[in-house]
Amino acid sequence: MRMKRIGAVAATAAVALTLAACGGTSGDAGAQGGGDQQPYIAIVSKGFQHQFWQAVQQGAEQEAQAQGARITFEGPATEADIEAQVTMLTNALARQPDAIGFAALDSRAAAPLLQQASSRDIPVIAFDSGVDSPIPLTTAATDNKAAAAEAARHMAEALGGTGKVALVVHDQTSRSGIDRRDGFVEWMQANAPGIELLQPQYGGGDQARSADITKSILAANPDVRGIYGSNEGSAIGVVRGVAESGVTGLTVVGFDSGAAQVEAIRNGTMLGAITQNPVGMGRELVDAAIKATRGEALPPVIDTGFYWYDQSNIDSPEIQAVLYQ
Amino acid sequence: MRRTLRDRIQQFLAFASLIVIFGFFSIVSPNFFNYGNVTNILFSTVVIGLLALGTTFVIITGGIDLSIGTGMALCAVISGVLIVDLGVPLPLGVLGAILFGGLIGLVNGMNVAILGLPPFIATLAMMLVAQGLALVVSNSTPIYFDQTPAYIDLSIGSLIPGTDFPNAVLILALAAVVAGVLLNRTVLGRYTYSIGSNEEATALSGIDVRRWKIIIYTLAGLFTGLAGVMISARLGSAQPATGMGYELQAIAAVVIGGTSLSGGKGSIVGTVIGALIISVLNNGLQIMSIPQEWQNVILGAVILLAVYADMARKRAR
Repeated sequence: MRMKRIGAVAATAAVALTLAACGGTSGDAGAQGGGDQQPYIAIVSKGFQHQFWQAVQQGAEQEAQAQGARITFEGPATEADIEAQVTMLTNALARQPDAIGFAALDSRAAAPLLQQASSRDIPVIAFDSGVDSPIPLTTAATDNKAAAAEAARHMAEALGGTGKVALVVHDQTSRSGIDRRDGFVEWMQANAPGIELLQPQYGGGDQARSADITKSILAANPDVRGIYGSNEGSAIGVVRGVAESGVTGLTVVGFDSGAAQVEAIRNGTMLGAITQNPVGMGRELVDAAIKATRGEALPPVIDTGFYWYDQSNIDSPEIQAVLYQ
Repeated sequence: MRRTLRDRIQQFLAFASLIVIFGFFSIVSPNFFNYGNVTNILFSTVVIGLLALGTTFVIITGGIDLSIGTGMALCAVISGVLIVDLGVPLPLGVLGAILFGGLIGLVNGMNVAILGLPPFIATLAMMLVAQGLALVVSNSTPIYFDQTPAYIDLSIGSLIPGTDFPNAVLILALAAVVAGVLLNRTVLGRYTYSIGSNEEATALSGIDVRRWKIIIYTLAGLFTGLAGVMISARLGSAQPATGMGYELQAIAAVVIGGTSLSGGKGSIVGTVIGALIISVLNNGLQIMSIPQEWQNVILGAVILLAVYADMARKRAR
C-alpha cells in the first residue's frame, strides 16, 4: 500500500510536468525574453474565456503576426479576481517583456507593479478601460459613456420619448459597469424628460441571474416599456427573461455581440445593440506596444470605436467585421 | 497528534513533489529561479496560505469552512471602514479587522456546535451573508488606503533592511509557526485531532466538544481576518466583490498537503507545502506562457492525485 501511495504522488508530479511540457510546445511558448529579434509583448487582460476577450486576443495575434512580434495573452477567471490579475502582471514582468499590455480590473491595486515596469523602462499600454495612472503611454479603449448614451438615444427614439425604462447592468464596481450605467442614465435625464428610469439592477453579467432580475422587474412593473442590458450576459439575460415572462411589445436594447444577441436582433426580440470593436482593440493595442518599443510617440487615447447595430445594418460589412459570434 | 512513520512519509512526498516541480521549472525557464521570481512565488502564497492555515484546524475536526473567501473580503472592508472612513489608528484598525474575522468564525462555530447545522451548510450560508455584507458595508465601492501608506507596507514594505523582501511573507511565516505550535503543542491541537478522529469518544471522555468546536471555528475566523488585512494591504484597497473561490483554493492547499477531509489527520507543514505547490505551479505555468486553459487542467489533475494519495493511505490502514 505504501508503494501505491508513493506511486500516486509520483504520478501527481509526472502528470503536472507532462502536461506542462505539452502545453509548452503547443503554446506560443518560448519563455525566454530577449535572445530573438522579435519584440515580446505580454498582455494581461481582464478575462480570457469570454468571447469578447477572445476577440481582443484574436486581433492582438493578427497584428502581432503582421508586424512580426510575439505575444502572450492571459487574464483572470472572473472580473472579481483582482489579486489573481495582480499576480499575473507580476509574473508577466518576470518574463522580461519588451512591452506590457494591461487592462486593469482596479488600476490602483496594480500601481506598485506599474511603477516597477516604469523603472525598468518597460512601456505599458492600457486597453479596454483606462488605467488611472500616468505610467501607461496610451489607452486603447471604447468610450463606454458615449456608447451607453447612444444606446439611450435609440431607446428613447423607439419609445417616442415616454415610458418606464429598466436597466440590467453587469456590476456597480467596475469602470465599464459604472460608465455604461451612468452614460445611459445621464443621457436620458438630459434629453428625454418623458422617460422614467427605474433603479438599476445588477446581475453580474450572468445570463441566468439577469434573466431572473428581468422577470422580477416585469412582475413588479407591468408598465415597463423598455429594458437595457449593459453587456453580453446582461443583454442575453434580459432577452431570456422577457421571453420566459411572456410579455410582448417591449423594446430591448443591448451591448456587445455574441451569437445569441445577434439572433435576438435578427428575429426582432431585441431592437439593437451597441457593439464595441474588440478585434480592433487588440490590433490597436499591439500596434501601440510595438511603436512604444521603438520609442515612437503615441496619442494619449486611442478610441477603438463603437457602433449601433440593428436589423437595418446588421449584415453590412462594416458591422459584420466587428461582431463576434 | 500521533506522528507515525506513515505521516512522515506522506509529508516527505509532498515536499519531494514540491522540489521536483520547482526543479522542473528552474530547468525549463530561465526566468523562474531567481531572487525576484522566488520572492513573487512566496508573496503570491500569502493570502491563500493564511486562509489554508486557519481552515486546516477546521478540516482536521472533520468540518469544512466555505465562508473564508468572502469572509476575507468582508474583513478587508471592515479594515477599510475602520482605518479610512473612521480614522481609527492603524494597529487598532488591523486588530479590529482580525477580531471581526473571529466573530464570523464564532457565528459559524455556534451554528455548527450548538444548532447542529452541518458545517457545509452553515458556512455556505455564511459565505453568502459575508459576500452581501461586504457589498452593503462598502456601498459596493472599493475603499482605498492611499492616505495610509503604512497599511500598504504591512504587505509590500520590507522590514529586512536593504532588501525588498515583502513583509507579507514574514507574516505568513510567523502565522504558520503560531498555527504549528497551536496544533502540535497545545491542548487545542490535541482536541482538534481527537474530535476529528472520533467525536463521540472525545465527548465521552469528558471533553466539551461543543465549546472546542466553537473555539476552533473562531480561530479559523481570526486567520480569515488576517488574510483580509493582507489582501487589502497588497491591493492598496479593500475590494468588496472579491473573495469568492479563495475558499476552494485554500481547501485545495490543505488537501494537497495531506490533510484528510474526513478528519483526524493533517499538519501545518503539509498545508504550507500544499499552498506552495499551488503557487509554484501557478507561477511556473504562467512564466512558461502555458495557455491558460491548460493551467487549470494541470492544477485540477494535481488536486485529484493528491486526494487519491490520501484515499490510498486510508485504505491501507
